[in-house]
Amino acid sequence: MVVNCEEVWREVSNYVDGEVGPDLRVAMDQHFSTCKRCTSVLAGMQNVVQLYGDESMVSVPLGYSHRLHRRLEEDMHPSRRTFFGWMVAAAATVLVAGGFEAARSSGRLPHLRSPHAQLASAVPPEMMVVIYPNGKTFHVAGCTYIPSQAHLQSVKASEAEREGYTPCVRCLKKYLTQSTFSSDTPLRTV
Amino acid sequence: MQEAATSLASSPPTQNEAALIERIRKGERELFYELIRPYERRVYAAAFAILRNEADAEDAAQEAVLKAFRYIKQFRSEAKFSTWLIQIAINEARMRRRKQHPELMEPIADRQDESGDYVPRDFADWREIPSETLERKEVRERLAEALASLGQIYRDVFILRDMQHLSIEETASALKISTASVKTRLLRARLMLRDLLAPGFGGPWFSQASFGKGAKPW
Repeated sequence: MVVNCEEVWREVSNYVDGEVGPDLRVAMDQHFSTCKRCTSVLAGMQNVVQLYGDESMVSVPLGYSHRLHRRLEEDMHPSRRTFFGWMVAAAATVLVAGGFEAARSSGRLPHLRSPHAQLASAVPPEMMVVIYPNGKTFHVAGCTYIPSQAHLQSVKASEAEREGYTPCVRCLKKYLTQSTFSSDTPLRTV
Repeated sequence: MQEAATSLASSPPTQNEAALIERIRKGERELFYELIRPYERRVYAAAFAILRNEADAEDAAQEAVLKAFRYIKQFRSEAKFSTWLIQIAINEARMRRRKQHPELMEPIADRQDESGDYVPRDFADWREIPSETLERKEVRERLAEALASLGQIYRDVFILRDMQHLSIEETASALKISTASVKTRLLRARLMLRDLLAPGFGGPWFSQASFGKGAKPW
C-alpha cells in the first residue's frame, strides 16, 4: 500500500490517536520517512496535542476548590449557615441597600449634613463659597441667610460638597436641580 | 463497538464511582464532595476553554457542579460520570457565552462544508518542544488565542478530546454527534491549530531577543 500526501493529511489525526489499521500505519510510516512536509505536519500536530493536553495549560485560581465546596455546602444545607455567616450576609445586605440608596440620592455626596438638603448638580467646583462651623449649607459670601457671620470659612464648592454641605436654596438657587431630587425620592436621614 | 469497549476499558475504573453515586442518591449527600474532587480541575478547565475569563469560568464551574448535584438522580449509570459532568460544564459555559455575546454569529468556519479536505498551509519546521514552555504566560496566551479563533464546532471537539481527554465515543456522546464527525472535526482542529502555531513556535515567539542570551531553549 502506498499513500500520497493528501491521504496522509486526511489520516494524520487518526494516526496520532492510534486509530488507523496496521496496513495504513506501515504505509504512512514509509511516507513519513521520505516526505519532509508530511513529517512536519505530523510533528506539529503531535506538539499541538501535547501542549494543549498538558494540565498546566490552565491554572486554576487560588481558592477555587474552597469556594466551590462552600457553595455546595450552602446548596446542600441552606439552614446550616453559621451565626457568623448570617452576620456577614446581613452586613452585606445593609451595605448593598445603603449603596443603592446612596446611588439613588447622589453619586457624589457620601453623607449629607441636613435631612432636608437639596442636591446641587451644577455648582462650579472651583467656585469659592463660605461655610460656618456645625452648619449644613454653604453660601455665596454676603448671603443674607447666613445665620452668623462669625467663624466663616472660605472653601471651594467641591470641597464643601465633599464634606457633606449642600448649597443654600436661596443664594445658590440657580444651581439647584430637581432632576436629582424627584418628589418620590424619600428624604435622607442622617 | 469493539472500539468503544477498548477505549472505555483504558479509562480509570469507575466501580467505586458507581457505588458512591448510588449512596449519594440514597441520601448520603456529603459523599458528593468525594465524587467530584478528581474532576474539579477539569470542570474549571472546560469552562475556561470556552469563556476565557477566570471569574466567568469559576462561576460556570460552580453552577455546573451544583447542577450535577441537584440532578444526580437523572444521571444514567451506563454513562460515565466524568463525561456527564463535563458535558454539564460545557453546556453551562456555552449558555453563558451566548448570553454575554448574543451578537456573535457562529464563525464562518462552522458553516463551511466539513467534509471537504483541509490542506495544511504551513510547513514550518516545528521541532519537538518541551512542555516547560507552558510555564511562560505568553505561550499559554498564544495557545488560548489560537484555540479561540477556531470555529465553535471544531473548538468544542478539540477541548473535549485533547484537553479533557475524553475518548472519541465519549466526545461524540457529549456533543450528540457521530464518531465520524468527531474524527473529521478533530483532524481539522488539530491541523488548523498547527497552522496557526507552527510559524510562531518556529520563529518570532521564540526569537533570540526574547531569551536574551541568544540561544533557543531547545
